[in-house]
Amino acid sequence: MMLKKLALGAAFVAMTGMAAEAFAQESLYIPLLTYRTGPFAGSGIPIANGMSDYLTMLNERDGGIGGVKLTIEECETGYDTQKGVECYEGTKGNGALVYNPYSTGITLQLIPKASVDKVPILSMAYGLSAAAEGDTFPWVFNPPATYWDGLSAIIKDIGEREGGLDNLQGKKIGYIFLDAGYGREPIPLLEQLAENYGFEVTQYPVPGKEMQNQSSQWLNVRRDNPDYMIMWGWGAMNPTAVKEATKIRYPMDKFYGVWWSGGDDDARAGGAQANGYRTLNFHGTGADYPALADIKEHVVDAGKSQVEGDKFGENLYNRGVYNSVLIAEAIRTAQEMTGKDVINAEDMRAGLENLDITEERIKEMGLEGFMRPVKVSCEDHSGHHEVYVQEWDGQTWVPASDWFSPMTDVVSPLLEAAAEEYVKSNAPWPERQVECASGS
Amino acid sequence: MNALYTVFVDPFVQMGAQPDFFLQVLWEGSVAGILYALIALGFVLIFKASGVFNFAQGIMVVFAALSLVGLYEAGVPAWLALILAIAIMGVLALAVEGLVMRHLVNQPEIILLMSTIGLTYFLIGFGEFIFGGEPKVMVTEELGLPTGSTVLEPPGLGREGGPGLIILQHIDIAAAVIAVVMVTVLGIFFNKTRIGRALRAVADDHQAALSVGISLNQIWAIVWFAAGIVALATGIMWGARSDVSFALEIVALKALPVLILGGFTSIPGAIVGGLIIGIGEKLGEIYWGPLVGGGIESWLAYVIALIFLLFRPQGLFGERIIERV
Repeated sequence: MMLKKLALGAAFVAMTGMAAEAFAQESLYIPLLTYRTGPFAGSGIPIANGMSDYLTMLNERDGGIGGVKLTIEECETGYDTQKGVECYEGTKGNGALVYNPYSTGITLQLIPKASVDKVPILSMAYGLSAAAEGDTFPWVFNPPATYWDGLSAIIKDIGEREGGLDNLQGKKIGYIFLDAGYGREPIPLLEQLAENYGFEVTQYPVPGKEMQNQSSQWLNVRRDNPDYMIMWGWGAMNPTAVKEATKIRYPMDKFYGVWWSGGDDDARAGGAQANGYRTLNFHGTGADYPALADIKEHVVDAGKSQVEGDKFGENLYNRGVYNSVLIAEAIRTAQEMTGKDVINAEDMRAGLENLDITEERIKEMGLEGFMRPVKVSCEDHSGHHEVYVQEWDGQTWVPASDWFSPMTDVVSPLLEAAAEEYVKSNAPWPERQVECASGS
Repeated sequence: MNALYTVFVDPFVQMGAQPDFFLQVLWEGSVAGILYALIALGFVLIFKASGVFNFAQGIMVVFAALSLVGLYEAGVPAWLALILAIAIMGVLALAVEGLVMRHLVNQPEIILLMSTIGLTYFLIGFGEFIFGGEPKVMVTEELGLPTGSTVLEPPGLGREGGPGLIILQHIDIAAAVIAVVMVTVLGIFFNKTRIGRALRAVADDHQAALSVGISLNQIWAIVWFAAGIVALATGIMWGARSDVSFALEIVALKALPVLILGGFTSIPGAIVGGLIIGIGEKLGEIYWGPLVGGGIESWLAYVIALIFLLFRPQGLFGERIIERV
C-alpha cells in the first residue's frame, strides 16, 4: 500500500515537473503579484488591471512578444509580506521571468532570494532605493526612479517655489507616512536633506491599523503648522489623509504625495476642497494614446479586462500599463540579445540591465507623450529619470510642472553608502556573480 | 527635573497656551469616541443577548455599508438603497441564526466565538466576490446627511490671546446625534419591552430561557438584526470620514478597549467607554505622543482600559459576577 502511494506520488511529481517544463517552453511566463482584496485593494486593483491589460493586449494584437505568447498569472498577496513570499515560492518553479512584488515589504524579502534563484526583481519606483546600485544588487531593478529620487524631487520643487533650496532654511516640513517598510524607506534621505538645507522635519507615522483613523496625526499637523506636507501613503491611507487635510484646512497646494499617493480615488475623496493637491508622476494620465486605444479595442471591449469603464486611463491604471511596458521591453531586449524567442529568467535579467527605451521606440509603441525614455545600465539599475509634479483640479490630474531631474548629485553618493551599509548588515552578501550584460 | 517638567507640566502649559486647539482636540476625541462607541454597541448587543463575542461585527460594518453603496451605484435611489441595505442585514441575521447559531445552542462559548470568526472570513470573501475590493464613496449627501463645517472663532482663545479657531464638521455632529438616538432607542428596547427582557434572559441562561417559553431562535435573529442595523449606521459614519473599503474592518478593533472599559453588557457603558477612550487617546497622542516620537494612540487606548480594570474588573458598567462555591 505504502509502495503504491509512493509510486503514485513520484508519478505526480514527474508529471507536474514535465508540465511546468512544457509550460515554460511554450510561452513566456510572467507571474504578477497583485492585490485585489484587503485594505490596500483600492491602490492594488487599478495597477493590477493596467499591468494585466497591457500584456493581454500584446497577446491579442501581436501574438505575444517575438511571436511567443505571454502567460500571465496573478497571485493575490493582499499586500501581505508572508503571502507575497508564498506567491513567489509557489510560482518560481513555473519558469517565472521576473517578479513585480508591488510591496516594499515583499521586495525586501525577495532581494536575497533573487540571486540564489536567479530570477530578477523589477520593483518599479518602489522597494529598496539602494537596489539601484547594480554592482551590489545585480538581480534587482527599480527604474525609472527610486524613492529617494522621489523625495529629492519633491524637495527640489518646494525649493523652487521658495526661490531656491537655500531658502528652505528654517522652514518646517511635515512627513506623514504609512508606518511600514515603504513609508520608512525615504526617512534617512529626508533627515540628510534637512541637515543639508537647514529645514526642520516633523514625522507623522500612520500605523497600518489606523489608516482610516488619522485625526490625531492631522491635529498634530494643525498644531505644528508645517510649511509643507509630504505624504508616503498607500491604500486606504491616501483618501483618508486627503480628507483630513481638507478638514483642518491645510493648503492643498502645499501638500505633496509621492507617485503612489496619486490615485484618482485618493484625491477625489477630498471633494472640491482637495483641488491643488500635488503628487509626483512619471507617466501620462488619461486614455488618449494609441497604445491605450489598442488596449481598449483588444482587451477592454473584448471583455478580457477587469477594469471598470470609468477607471480606464486613470493614473494608477496607467501606472500598471507603464510597469508592463518595462517588462515587455526588457523581454524584447533579451530576445534581441540572445537571439532566442523563448528566454529564461537569466536572459530577462540581462534584458532589464540593457533596457533602453528611446523616444523613437516610445513612438513605435504608441506611447508618445506618455513616458520619457528609460535607460538602465549595469551599474545603475534605476536610471534616476525625470519626473513631474501633477495637481488635482477636482476632476483629474493636470501637469503642474515640466519634467525635471531629481537631485541625482545628492542622492547617488547616499545610495552608494546605503548599498554598502546593506551589504554590511546582511553579511555575507554575495559578490556579483553575473557578468555585466552587453547590449545587442 | 527637566524630564519631570516635560511630562507633568509642559503638556498642560500647551493646553493653556492654545485653548482653542485644546477644545478642538476634545471635540475630535469625543467624535472618535462616539464612532468607537457605535462599533462597540454592535458587540454589546450580541453579547448581551447571547453571551457571544461577535468577532464578525467589524466585517458586518463593511458589509452593511457596501450593500448600501453598492445598491446606489447600481442605480437604486439612496433612500431605497438604505431600506434595502437594512433588509439585507435582516436576511443576514436570519441566515446567521438558521445556519449557524441554531446548531450551536448550549455549546461552550468558545465554540460560538469560533463560529463568528468563521463568519468573518466568509463575509470578507463573499463581500469581495459581490462588491469587489475597490473602495467606494459613501453616499453622504444623497442620504441627506450634512456635509461641510461650522467654523467658530472665539475671541481670546487662540495662540497668544488671539482669536481662536474651532472647526466642527457637520457629519461629526450628525454622528453624535445618531449615536445618542440609537443608545436611547436600544436602552428602551432592552429595559422596557418584553422582547428586550427576553433577550436578557437568554443571555443569562439559554436553558432557563427555553424552559420559560422564550424562543431562542427568534431572539437571536432579532438581536443579530439589531446589530446589523447598528453596523449599517456605523458603516455610514465611518465611510463618510474616509471611504467604504475592507480596511474599515480593522477599525472595528478599536472597539475592544471600549468594551473592556465600558463592560461587555452595558449600552451606556459603550458610550461612556468610547468617550473616555476617544478623548484619552487624542489627548495622549497630541500632548504626550511627541515626547516618544508619536504613534502611541493605538496602544494607549488599551493602557487606559487596563488602568480602569485595576479598579473595576467588570468594566465601568459591566455586571458584577459573583459566583459562590
